[in-house]
Amino acid sequence: MSSVIAIVCFLVLAPFLGGLLDGLDRKISARMQGRIGPPVLQPFYDVRKLFNKQTIVVNKAQTFLMLTYMAVQIFVGVLFFAGSDILMCFFLLSTGATFLVFAGSVTHSPLSTLGTNRELLQMMAYEPAVLLTCLGFYLAPPDHTFSVSELIQTPVSLILYLPGFFVAFVFILTIKMRKSPFDLATAHHAHQEVVKGITTELGAKNFAIYTITEWYEKVFLLAVVALFIVNDNPLSYIAAVIVALAVWFLEILIDNTCARVKWDVLLKVTWVVTLLAAGVNMLILMLVF
Amino acid sequence: MSFVVPFLICFPFLVSILMFCIRVNKVRNAIAYASAVVIMVAVGVLAALWGLDGGETVLLYQNTEVADHVISVAEIVLMVAVTYLCFKYKRYWISLLMIFPTLLLLWLEFFGPELAPLNHVRIDHLAILMCIIIGLIGGLIIVYAVGYMHGYHHHHLEFQDRRYYFFMLLFAFLGAMFGFVLSASLLWIDLFWEITSICSFLLIGYTKTDEAVENSFRALWMNLLGGTALACGIVYFALAQHDVSIINLVEKGVFENSATVIPIALIAFAALTKSAQLPFSKWLMGAMVAPTPSSALLHSATMVKAGIYILFRLSPAMADTLTGSMITFIGGFTFFMASLMAMAQSDGKKVLALSTVSNLGLMVACAGVGQAETVWAGVFLMIFHAISKSMLFQDMGAIENSTHTRDIEDLNGLIYRLPMLGRIMFIGIAGMYLAPFGMLVSKWAALRASVNEHNIILALLICFGSATTMFYWTKWLNRLLSSTTEPKIKDITKKNEQISLIIHAVLMIALCVLFPVLSTTYVEPLLLETFGYSSAALPSKLLYVLIVVIVVIFAVPLIAHSATKNIPANQKISYMSGVNRGDNRDFTDSLGDPKELQLSNWYFKNYVGQRKLMEPSSLVAAAVIIVMLAMIIGGALR
Repeated sequence: MSSVIAIVCFLVLAPFLGGLLDGLDRKISARMQGRIGPPVLQPFYDVRKLFNKQTIVVNKAQTFLMLTYMAVQIFVGVLFFAGSDILMCFFLLSTGATFLVFAGSVTHSPLSTLGTNRELLQMMAYEPAVLLTCLGFYLAPPDHTFSVSELIQTPVSLILYLPGFFVAFVFILTIKMRKSPFDLATAHHAHQEVVKGITTELGAKNFAIYTITEWYEKVFLLAVVALFIVNDNPLSYIAAVIVALAVWFLEILIDNTCARVKWDVLLKVTWVVTLLAAGVNMLILMLVF
Repeated sequence: MSFVVPFLICFPFLVSILMFCIRVNKVRNAIAYASAVVIMVAVGVLAALWGLDGGETVLLYQNTEVADHVISVAEIVLMVAVTYLCFKYKRYWISLLMIFPTLLLLWLEFFGPELAPLNHVRIDHLAILMCIIIGLIGGLIIVYAVGYMHGYHHHHLEFQDRRYYFFMLLFAFLGAMFGFVLSASLLWIDLFWEITSICSFLLIGYTKTDEAVENSFRALWMNLLGGTALACGIVYFALAQHDVSIINLVEKGVFENSATVIPIALIAFAALTKSAQLPFSKWLMGAMVAPTPSSALLHSATMVKAGIYILFRLSPAMADTLTGSMITFIGGFTFFMASLMAMAQSDGKKVLALSTVSNLGLMVACAGVGQAETVWAGVFLMIFHAISKSMLFQDMGAIENSTHTRDIEDLNGLIYRLPMLGRIMFIGIAGMYLAPFGMLVSKWAALRASVNEHNIILALLICFGSATTMFYWTKWLNRLLSSTTEPKIKDITKKNEQISLIIHAVLMIALCVLFPVLSTTYVEPLLLETFGYSSAALPSKLLYVLIVVIVVIFAVPLIAHSATKNIPANQKISYMSGVNRGDNRDFTDSLGDPKELQLSNWYFKNYVGQRKLMEPSSLVAAAVIIVMLAMIIGGALR
């Protein structure tokens, strides 16, 4: 029963929460840069406006690919909040992301294709960390399980066993949340905000779909961060929310203080951090427990 | 059953002789079709008879004096033939790799100790599974080959038309594979092993170009080196235990002692050469010069699985041993390195070859861990890989016949230009790495199993290898889907090629849905038989969640597609900073002239190309193997 409530809450509230975080993100970023920034509800206004426009495409397949992308990513969140297998969730998340990649490449447009290649590279960069994080959850005592419903009932917060995994996951969150220095795939081109890599050819409604999917995904990712904190004590949920928000704030801070890096730096740094933080943590877990 | 088994082994050899004798193409083709069907039916009969018997392990043929003599003669014939070819092409030293093991085994047979009586044929779950893979995929490939080779010689007039020879080898190879998986006697296994090595050697050299000859001899020496190790292992075991049964070897091997440790290590080493693991991956890459059906049959769907098969047989005896660690490391390492190298390849067939090496690495690693759970994943990897790889190879061959290129970059928008072949390629590639197809699920299982076994190196290699695997497949799919204004290509694929391809595609999707059923009814009993206990790497509860996932993943794109088909959409030209000339293909350059836009994938040739990585990774793998083998053998002899 509680899982049904969780699913419904996710389906209904996630886009609002994601949009709100997006609005706050823009506000905070603006303040960091000494600007006033748009209203907090601006992302919702944007999406509403996009939905009122006609569908503009370069290739008709884009629409159905974007819809599939959205459906699969939401489905991943549903599985997660239903307490299902976390490794399956992340495998599916990659499959869903492939549909976005297809939507970018199907246009044969230069900027979009460039963004697609970069998106693929980013996926390759973060995939090991994501998979290892799942393995970390599994290895953490007391019971070896991938099931989210069991992982939230541990006697202590899993972060105590998984600090390295936490570092690696937060690190790749910068990529997943499309924050500088790792926002290659949607990077602005020649300071024109209309041209944004993989999303260049996503017009009107399709762009709205993209934005909403990003909101769902953001909530899902922050929920995974929260999973590091949550334990069988109800109070831990408050701590989890605080930690998730802190991580989110950290990402904004990184976004506003780091210059974009080249692709090879992105790949090398991410893999090295993954190996050092998650890999070493895993080694210790395997040796000790 | 005692009739079906010899029929299954001998019939392909008889057809093979027939193929060589008949020089009229039409007649030979008809016989090839009929024989392929007969082989598939025979496999079906064998599986059905065995299944009706209750699926128990069946042991046959204790007294095989006549067959033993035939085998001795066959060994001598092979030795003479290979030696002749080695001298003809001035590769003298390779002949030693054939002469030495053959003489060693002949010595064992005639002058060695009295061997304990044994049943020469063993039919169990693993053998039947292999038979089905060999019979079904092999049969389909022969059906495909008849059409393909017709077109091949139509286009390549520079090569002598020796189809009689080609089909002779294909059938001989099938016979040898059946013999290999059904034999329980190591002496028999060795003969069939050598036959498959030699068939692949001859098939690679089919076109007789310098490159083909070079590559075929590379394949030969690598495989014969494995054969030599196999023969040494057999002789050592026979001398120590007076026994040549592989089953006894494994049973005794579970309790480590020096009599079994060395043979198991040597046989496992042999399996590495056959499965083209680093440092022996090069022969499989070189094998791509051969006509496509042989790439599909020998080098992806069946022959390389022979090594995997023998490792699965040995796997209970490899659990928690040095041999197991060696095999696991080499497998995992190959999985990762080969997938890195595949990123830098734009030749479709080479990508397929490297991905084969890579996936074989994963199976090898699963076998090396030696637990029921990992072998569960390995068996599924093997099943799915056999089907999807054979399908992809055949499709690539058909595409090459129609487009005269196999460079992925030239195949832009293939799904619009060659709809049928493009779609099959899409299914095949999606099956290799996307959820919820079998390969990904098996990889997932392998990952779980490796963590359960606390094998950190394997877990890390799988995590990183999955990422690179995803990269090279997705970028291929990107090219396939990318919209294009280039004209349609005339599809000259023959009917029989199409039939084979469609059966493959249907099989793959069906298996995807039947996954949980297959697990409980077949693979778990298989493990029970091999390990004495069984444990699925994925709990059955999860398998049923998986079915929901499968339905969603298949249904969503379909629903989305039909729902959006009729929505009016305003189609615009793509954004090229205002210099798009209106057809999404040309842009205006700085001189005001039209220029064609060329888009390509990323290949990182200078980072992960074969030239860059093959040598160092081969060296690492070779060093590991040498050191570990020295430790294993030294430790056992001490």
